[in-house]
Amino acid sequence: MAARKNIKTLTEPVGISNPITRQVLGICSALAVTVKLDTALVMSGALIFVLVGSNGLVSAFRNLIPSRVRIIVMLTIIATLVIFIDQVLKAFLFDISKQLSVFVGLIITNCIVLGRAEAFALKNGVLPSMLDGLGNGLGYGMILVLVATFRELLGSGSLLGIPVVPEMLYTENGGWYMNNGLMLLAPGAFFVLGFLIWAQRAMTNYTEE
Amino acid sequence: MDTTLHLLSLAVETIFIRNILLAYFLGMCSFLAISRKVETSMGLGFAVMFVNGITVPLNWLIEEYLLKPGALQWSGIAGLGNVDLTFLNFIVFIATIAAMVQLVEMVLDKVSPTLYQSLGIFLPLIAVNCAILGSSLFMVEREFDFMESAVFGVSAGAGFFLAIVTLATIRYKLKYSNVPSGLRGLGIAMLITGLISMAYMSFSGINL
Repeated sequence: MAARKNIKTLTEPVGISNPITRQVLGICSALAVTVKLDTALVMSGALIFVLVGSNGLVSAFRNLIPSRVRIIVMLTIIATLVIFIDQVLKAFLFDISKQLSVFVGLIITNCIVLGRAEAFALKNGVLPSMLDGLGNGLGYGMILVLVATFRELLGSGSLLGIPVVPEMLYTENGGWYMNNGLMLLAPGAFFVLGFLIWAQRAMTNYTEE
Repeated sequence: MDTTLHLLSLAVETIFIRNILLAYFLGMCSFLAISRKVETSMGLGFAVMFVNGITVPLNWLIEEYLLKPGALQWSGIAGLGNVDLTFLNFIVFIATIAAMVQLVEMVLDKVSPTLYQSLGIFLPLIAVNCAILGSSLFMVEREFDFMESAVFGVSAGAGFFLAIVTLATIRYKLKYSNVPSGLRGLGIAMLITGLISMAYMSFSGINL
């Protein structure tokens, strides 16, 4: 019984109650780091680490945190984890961490992390909280990777930096194909995410208001 | 004269060309959640402008005199002269912002109850608004000086204000249109934001 509940905690946020498309949390970074697939993957990894860690820690300390100062305590826990992951990225993946610029730091104010700590980890045990963190992190990562796939494929004709559109198709080589530059700009991100939300909600039959 | 022009140019650039919301996607959560009503979105917009105008220069002072490599030289204590505390900037900035928001809330409550009435409910929300922390981090990354960071803080907030009021007005009109069911709410708001962002891109290239 408990095991089944745990599985549900893990799988539900990936699909039905996805943090981005359904709960409207954490949109900022979902748009900003998705010009290329590799930055999206690194960002998802960083967020999953922070989310699992913060949910676990907040849940472990939940009986010690006075409710009046809980926000600042949770922010401190989250900020510590973010500083840790930022230093790790700077040490081992310097190029990507340069491209992510301020957005790794902004995981601190990512509503998913604080939202899950507040809504789930403060009321549940350590293991379910960590699973909830993992589930929500994976749901976030899935949207990020999807948006990034579309934007990199249509915008630069490549995936993970490897060209996938054959060279001969391009107009400069006598073909008919051109990359869509709009996808690399800010509006492209809004459009791709808007249509993804539409698709996800149409599939799960969900309507707002 | 030159510096005034430079600051003005920075303000125009921050409000229109590198709009914190439409070009850097910061503060999207509250942008989408609050933009259902014009009055509330104006309240949030003002609150962001206000808090941003205070916290960005304040964080500049902290970065310059406490965190930067060699920043502690003024203390005169041997050995502190070349300490690099930049890795602490996330946690220090967020603590400053949370404390400032709390302080602003208390001061407003005492000094101007009417302003407190209209901004009050948004102030706690702002502590975790990415636009505020983001502006401080951009300030470090772009290596502004004190005046530049003050102008940047206010105009980033002004950009946010402009964007959120635009979206709120459009969403108000949208109530009377027939949107496909899955697209209602968040979906259509995203697409509209995309269009607004495209419109703002036509400002790029303006140079004073």
